[in-house]
Amino acid sequence: MGLQRFIAERKQSKDILVMAHVVCGYPSFEENLQELEIMAEAGVDLVELQFPFSEPSADGPLFVRANEQSLKSGTTVDQCFDFMKLVSARFPFKVLMMGYYNTAFKMGEVAFVTRVKESGGVGYILPDLPIEESAELHRLSEEAGIEPIILMTPTTSDARLVKLGAVSRGLVYVVARKGVTGSKTQMGDDVLALIERCRQHTDVPLGVGFGISSKADVDVLRGHADIAIVGTAALKIWEEGGAPALRSFFAELMA
Amino acid sequence: MDIFDFSDGREGYYGEYGGVFLPEILQATIEELLACFRECKADPKFWQDYVALLQNYSGRPTPITHLENLSRKLGGAQIYVKRDDLNHTGSHKINNVMGQGLLCQRLGKSKVIAETGAGQHGFATATMAAKFGFECKIYMGAVDVARQRPNVFWMENLGAEVIAVEDGQKTLKDAVNECMRDWVTNMADTHYILGTACGPHPFPEMVSWFQSIIGLEAREQMLKQAGRLPDRVYACVGGGSNAMGIFQGFMDDDVELIGSEGGGHGVGSYMHSSRLAYDDATVGVAQGYKTYFLQNDEGNMNETHSVAAGLDYIGVNPIFAHLHDQGKVRFEAATDVEVKEALKLTMRTEGLIPALESTHAFVTAIKEAPTMGKDQIILINQSGRGDKDIFTIADALDDAKWKSFIGGKADQYRAENN
Ligand SMILES: Cc1ncc(COP(=O)(O)O)c(C=O)c1O
Repeated sequence: MGLQRFIAERKQSKDILVMAHVVCGYPSFEENLQELEIMAEAGVDLVELQFPFSEPSADGPLFVRANEQSLKSGTTVDQCFDFMKLVSARFPFKVLMMGYYNTAFKMGEVAFVTRVKESGGVGYILPDLPIEESAELHRLSEEAGIEPIILMTPTTSDARLVKLGAVSRGLVYVVARKGVTGSKTQMGDDVLALIERCRQHTDVPLGVGFGISSKADVDVLRGHADIAIVGTAALKIWEEGGAPALRSFFAELMA
Repeated sequence: MDIFDFSDGREGYYGEYGGVFLPEILQATIEELLACFRECKADPKFWQDYVALLQNYSGRPTPITHLENLSRKLGGAQIYVKRDDLNHTGSHKINNVMGQGLLCQRLGKSKVIAETGAGQHGFATATMAAKFGFECKIYMGAVDVARQRPNVFWMENLGAEVIAVEDGQKTLKDAVNECMRDWVTNMADTHYILGTACGPHPFPEMVSWFQSIIGLEAREQMLKQAGRLPDRVYACVGGGSNAMGIFQGFMDDDVELIGSEGGGHGVGSYMHSSRLAYDDATVGVAQGYKTYFLQNDEGNMNETHSVAAGLDYIGVNPIFAHLHDQGKVRFEAATDVEVKEALKLTMRTEGLIPALESTHAFVTAIKEAPTMGKDQIILINQSGRGDKDIFTIADALDDAKWKSFIGGKADQYRAENN
């Protein structure tokens, strides 16, 4: 089933979906699996599996360290795809590859798309790949039936939103604020206005991320966005309090 | 040949290299920068102001020196040196920085950020920020902070905030990442002063344009002083800005252009920064652009090394990647050991103290000069002066008197602290 249809189906029983995030191999693949089990139990709808990269320049301190430690402990692209396969077979949520373009570029775009598809991934998010550079990858993805997730941001002009909207598929990742992943976002009128602006330029579901860390944040988005994207907050909770803390975090978030 | 004429190809591409690979959030900022740069480049008054600023503030034009002693000693080609070490702050980095400072004024931004490796670019940026009244933050890998303390000292005293970057390898590339992170947050009032001809378009073109002043001067000076153009021009290549600067003066001439990269511990050591001279680098996309990177099969960057912090970098400017493919520039590497020897030789025979980075160009020139005829001419770009490297050079030369001086200083500070 395509990503967009999956989202539509899940939305029949919930007013907002949740997409979560883990950095593959950090703290370890075993712990990733425990995190994902908790996410699945809580009813998380989508998960980004971040493939670690040595130059994660769009990430904040916590994910930077996660990328670095994961690579240090020997994580390979192969392992990440194997993990993706395992995870997408085991859990009811849908899985997206998230990472930096060099990972796809080095293995070759054809191989990349094939691998994502074979591993049960429904799409990918490559934040450092602008649409000007992704025509071929988008074409290959369409052929394979996976979705390239594009980003819309507070600094994106209306003229550019038109272009982005025209190539958006699966879902659009709305970046709630400037900056890198990790720090807190004031979820308020600015974010809602941005969502409205994006909505005018695309028909695909909108996920909102960057700095979402509580049920209150999710509540603000309810009725405006289709998906709340939770990244750094969950990793922080995991590092601070392990499984029990993460369980209550998601239980509360999704209540 | 105009390498910056994109009318037949893709804007910002040199062959298959270059481009803009940035998060969506920065697209508007990079478009704004490109528009402003195009305006400046098309405005003759901007270039005049730029040249006047460098004349009055940095001592341009820098001279050309004929190294008669060294030429005689080597017994081959006549060696000339372009003295960009004589700039204010001691290197060519100030050219680009002053240009981007003027551009930042046009952009109407009040803050500047910069990455730095050797600290020369950070030093120059801090100087410019003090003069122009910009708030200034410099990101520098913690390893480089440790090996380039004199420049850190000056940056801080010039009013800049120096942030030691503890991520990754804690060198230049990590400082670039940290600048990107600052920029995606603060782009509304902040201009990123990239220090070399790397990164996303228009930085490679823009930095090359500002540095072209080196080559413009050098060509004219050679004609006047040596009576003709050199047969070969040598420059060290970190990101490639000083080399692009001097090479642009001779692109259309029958002059061989040679870039000298950081050979570190040598070929096969995997402890070097030679992207083009050795075979270890492959094409990839990182830090906003596509070029040759020292990376593994999965696209993660390898550790790099050079005795010269300013050459210790994973990528090379996309213009050179293209010119290398086309055979228009030849790339060689100089090892750490060769650099130390060439530095000693240059100091003793000519009284010049090139920066460790610049000494890489001297190594290659010194190797090749004896194989050339006495009537042939070579030109070396001395991109910076070696004073900043006094700690590294003293270590390399194992200078006992220096060590006892530093030991004495340490004792004195310890006594003061107790
Ligand atoms: C004196 C000097 N020369 C050369 C370089 C290398 O940079 P580029 O290749 O951009 O000229 C540096 C960099 O810090 C430097 O300080």
